[in-house]
Amino acid sequence: MKQLNKTNLGWLIFILVAFLATQLLVSFGIIDAFYEITLMTILINIILAVGLNLIIGFSGQFSLGHAGFMAIGAYCTAIMTIKTPTLVGLFAGILLGALIAGVVALLVGIPTLRLKGDYLAIATLGVAEIIRIAILNMGSLTNGAAGLSDIPYLTTWQLAFIFVMITLIIVVNYIKSSAGRATIAIREDEIAAESMGINTTKYKTIAFVIGAATAAVAGGLHASYFSVIRPADFTFMKSIDILIIVVFGGLGSVTGSVIAAIVLGIINVFLQPFGQLRMILYSLALIAIMIFKPSGLFGTKEFMISTVMKKQKTKTPTKKEETK
Amino acid sequence: MSLLEVKKLTKNFGGLAAVSMVSMELNSNELVGLIGPNGAGKTTLFNLLTGVYQPTEGRIDLEIKGKKQSLIGKKTYNITDMGLGRTFQNIRLFKNLTVLDNVLIGMHAKNKVGTLAGIVRTPHFYQSEEKMKKEAIALLTIFNLEDKVAERAKNLPYGEQRRLEIVRALATKPKILFLDEPAAGMNPQETADLTALIRQIQRDFEITILLIEHDMSLVMNVCERIYVLEYGRMIAHGTPAEIKNNQAVIKAYLGGE
Repeated sequence: MKQLNKTNLGWLIFILVAFLATQLLVSFGIIDAFYEITLMTILINIILAVGLNLIIGFSGQFSLGHAGFMAIGAYCTAIMTIKTPTLVGLFAGILLGALIAGVVALLVGIPTLRLKGDYLAIATLGVAEIIRIAILNMGSLTNGAAGLSDIPYLTTWQLAFIFVMITLIIVVNYIKSSAGRATIAIREDEIAAESMGINTTKYKTIAFVIGAATAAVAGGLHASYFSVIRPADFTFMKSIDILIIVVFGGLGSVTGSVIAAIVLGIINVFLQPFGQLRMILYSLALIAIMIFKPSGLFGTKEFMISTVMKKQKTKTPTKKEETK
Repeated sequence: MSLLEVKKLTKNFGGLAAVSMVSMELNSNELVGLIGPNGAGKTTLFNLLTGVYQPTEGRIDLEIKGKKQSLIGKKTYNITDMGLGRTFQNIRLFKNLTVLDNVLIGMHAKNKVGTLAGIVRTPHFYQSEEKMKKEAIALLTIFNLEDKVAERAKNLPYGEQRRLEIVRALATKPKILFLDEPAAGMNPQETADLTALIRQIQRDFEITILLIEHDMSLVMNVCERIYVLEYGRMIAHGTPAEIKNNQAVIKAYLGGE
């Protein structure tokens, strides 16, 4: 069983420790009902940021349409759970949302991913707006500008945690496969990638579709946890919020996206008492980090269990020598 | 029949014929040079052959398993897959990736493990990854780059970057390798090493090499046949000795009546 190698086992332990640590914080009331909102926001933002990082940081395609795909997932889950307010309804809603978002991304991606840089950004921005306007005009199904309220509260942070892990596993496994390397090659040099026999449109589209599907999952969790969604929640500004997390963490670093989502979530909590000044301080913090660390917190570096284990191995013999 | 047959190939950029009515033939296991003054259309011809540009007129046929297949209208990645590898005049490595990853990316198109198998990590995926890495390292060892596998490509010295580009092109398992000015920016010693290397590649990998080069010592040394381009037209074709004494070639390079 190659799947159960040391590295994967290391990760499994790491994930369990992270889960138990969070569980303890919640059990002891350090994360109370109020902070649980922050915890949920962080978990949802991790999914959004990792998905967007796959599109922008790894395939190198500048997309500003993430909020649109999130909206698809949110509305799908909301409509589904209002009709069947059970966990089955929730899972069906999230899955359907991810599927629809994936199909939309596929249909949109094939023509638009031929565009480059700014042009692609504008095109994806347009797609997100089209999705939002469509939702706004779907009559009783989406309830227009007022949005949907009284969405059954079915999500717990534990469930969100599991979805975060699923997203991370899918994205990281993709990046660290042959197809993932082909995708990163496109970011590095599209012409060279093409002359290496890589179908660039295909891999750009795959990254775009995976990213869109994960955004829909995050949207579903958002709808189910916050119980109220409006089209105004999924504007251009939402896409920018996610983009900030990605850039802050480092384009091309999954670890960076995760840490950035956590750090920015915590910064937001500490800035609560400042009221109106909050957004200014938040922006100043971002500007400071961009000046001192323009490639983001992590650049393209990743935290890897395998390197940690290697370091441990090299450390142990020196300890033995000391005891001698 | 020859391996690659180019007939009356023409490419117009607006009113300018960058390549016009060019015909050439490449046989299997042959080392052919393509020379010409700056702006003669050498790189444009490369780009036409590899599908970066589509020709205005003419034909390009590649022999695959005894059958002629037209390359016109094919995408670059299809053409690479059919067996045409290339390097670039201005190095285009994946700079931020490791040397090993650069080679592995070259191998990707021939790797038959699906995207989904990579995501769910089937046993087949682990096997193919291991096999690819072994092959890549073996290839890098031939070119004395095995110590640099974990190094980022941009941190290699210039000569090694050039070599890595050739390794990466070979990783796509080409039948024909196009080298676009591989000796550009090299000192005489490095050029001499490269000359030996090109000979070795052609012998060991049994492939056809088409070489664009300005360095006459390199071209005259290694090439069996030479094509000469000027202003987009093929003005001469022959063995190095014939080209050296060809009046049209001398005129193109040195001017005169």
